[in-house]
Amino acid sequence: MKILRILALTVITAAGVVSSASAQNMQINGAGATFPFPIYSKWFSEYNKLHPEVQINYQSIGSGGGIRQLTNQTVFFGATDGPMTPEQMQQAGGKVVHLPTVLGGVVPVYNIPGVDAQLKFSGKVLADIILGKVNKWNDAAIAGLNPGVKLPGTDITVCHRSDGSGTTYIFVDYLSKVSPDFKKTVGVATAVNWPVGVGGKGNEGVAGLVKQTPGAIGYVELIYAIQNKIDYGSVQNVAGEFVRASVESVTAAAAAASTKMPADFRVSITNAPGAGVYPISSFTWLLFYENPKDKQRSKVMKEFTRWALTEGQKYAGELGYSPLPESVVKLELTALERIKG
Amino acid sequence: MAIRKTPSPRRSADDRGFRLGTGFFALLVVLLVAGIGFELFRTSELTIAKFGFNFWRTKTWDPVSGEFGALPFIWGTLYSSVLAMLISTPIAIGIAIFLSELSPGRLRTPLTFLTELLAAIPSIVYGLWGIFVLVPVVRHLEVLTPPWLKKVPLFSGPPLGVGMLSAALILAIMVIPFSSSVAREVLRAVPATQREAAYALGATRWEAIRAALSYGRTGIMGAVMLGFGRALGETMAVTMVIGNNPQVSASLFAPQHTMSAVIANEFTEAADDLYLSALIEIGLVLFVLTVVINGISRFLIWRTGRVVVAEEHVPEPLAASGASA
Repeated sequence: MKILRILALTVITAAGVVSSASAQNMQINGAGATFPFPIYSKWFSEYNKLHPEVQINYQSIGSGGGIRQLTNQTVFFGATDGPMTPEQMQQAGGKVVHLPTVLGGVVPVYNIPGVDAQLKFSGKVLADIILGKVNKWNDAAIAGLNPGVKLPGTDITVCHRSDGSGTTYIFVDYLSKVSPDFKKTVGVATAVNWPVGVGGKGNEGVAGLVKQTPGAIGYVELIYAIQNKIDYGSVQNVAGEFVRASVESVTAAAAAASTKMPADFRVSITNAPGAGVYPISSFTWLLFYENPKDKQRSKVMKEFTRWALTEGQKYAGELGYSPLPESVVKLELTALERIKG
Repeated sequence: MAIRKTPSPRRSADDRGFRLGTGFFALLVVLLVAGIGFELFRTSELTIAKFGFNFWRTKTWDPVSGEFGALPFIWGTLYSSVLAMLISTPIAIGIAIFLSELSPGRLRTPLTFLTELLAAIPSIVYGLWGIFVLVPVVRHLEVLTPPWLKKVPLFSGPPLGVGMLSAALILAIMVIPFSSSVAREVLRAVPATQREAAYALGATRWEAIRAALSYGRTGIMGAVMLGFGRALGETMAVTMVIGNNPQVSASLFAPQHTMSAVIANEFTEAADDLYLSALIEIGLVLFVLTVVINGISRFLIWRTGRVVVAEEHVPEPLAASGASA
């Protein structure tokens, strides 16, 4: 009956629930977040070169789908851009371990006719823009942060994601931390009830809308902005600096947060304190059962994760992800030992 | 459904086996539809129990606080589809008339091929074309809208380009080949004697065409309804240009949302049970609406068919073939 439901709503999920394992090879299936998909597929293929007998399949069906499939035990591991909620942890029927793999940042992009300068945003102003309270580009709040930039009186059009997304989660998580008002009216989730604006599907949808709408502002993943050479603004961090997102400034956010890292790694590192930190940054996590039924696969997956956290980190930068800081990797390698297998 | 008797007197076991086999396949379709309906209902129990009928008529869609109302999506789906039909129907029927009655023979085949080619273009391509070509044009039109016209609710709102008008236009283009090719087939099925009779009575060409249209109106209505069904379910191209903002607005310029678009957009990341259930219930609503609208259109076709028969004494086989179109 489960299959029927899936048939009715999505072909994607139906495409690869389980694939048959051949005799000699060890096949491990996982599913989840789309954001880390490029680095995960790179890892799985590189790891396969080192260990030809291990083949890891990953379906990038979204964080929600990944959590669901892990909980239903149709896949061996999951992946998510937002940590599981306490209710989800309870429904999992066994302890689930979160392990951060790489980091990503989210950047504000805009299209203001006649303005080439890189704009500076503070968290509060960004929140007010997204809430629709600041609705003209020459509003005193924006002009005050950007002296010397000649801003036009164009209406601001807010462009957001129409699909549920980890990118949205990181962005609204940050805005909720810096603006109590935003927290109250919108809140934090992968999809939210936006007070104003238009929605585009995927990073490309939002980028397309921003590019085509004079006066638009939106948010995309840092990787997407870098790869497509889209200019983006800087955001003020807790230390008061205006920081432009980069591979380094995102890693700095994780390093700053590592001193207060909870044992289960379920932590939001948006608005992290410290100098040089880009405030709209986040981990992305792999999900494992601490005591899985299949000890053989668990053993192989642990070896893979150890490799990904150490050797594998070198692939992060070239794909636009930020590698984990040493301090976090060390904590994770200890935590990895707790998984049975 | 009735199986015709074979003229041959010999009826082997193979015959029966064949009949049972094909009957089973036909039954599969029924089972599949019932299964989908049942499963949609079963998996959306959570929201059905929590919101009841309010799900159909409230406007808030807030996954954070767990409040779900489907009205903006129902509205967006129906509004965009009806608009698309208003735009596409005259064009589709015009194409059908030209191709079946007026076009020179040399033009007919390439034109028919080109219209049907429109149906073969994947909807994502329409979507991309919509974003890069149609939306800027629509935005330009919106900018040019005079202020007095902007006061009319139909044209209110800032010039975004994306929104209801873009969605309706793209849907109209997408359904034209469906409606027009069926309508063309219907017109071609009108017996030549009908036109000859009209000319014999001294009718002009236009009057003869009108007679043919009236003769085939059942089938033409079927053609339009086929297009409507297509417009209701279209997802990808619409979500790329409609703006995906769940609001109930009469304005053509306002960004809105549709049922299929919200499912496609939000399903993958819907992690908690209530949210998932709400999305599946949207699927159920869409399913129910499609069944109801198809039912109504069948009824209309059946009624026009009857009226035609009563008024004009159409021979039975043609009315039947029109209804099945």
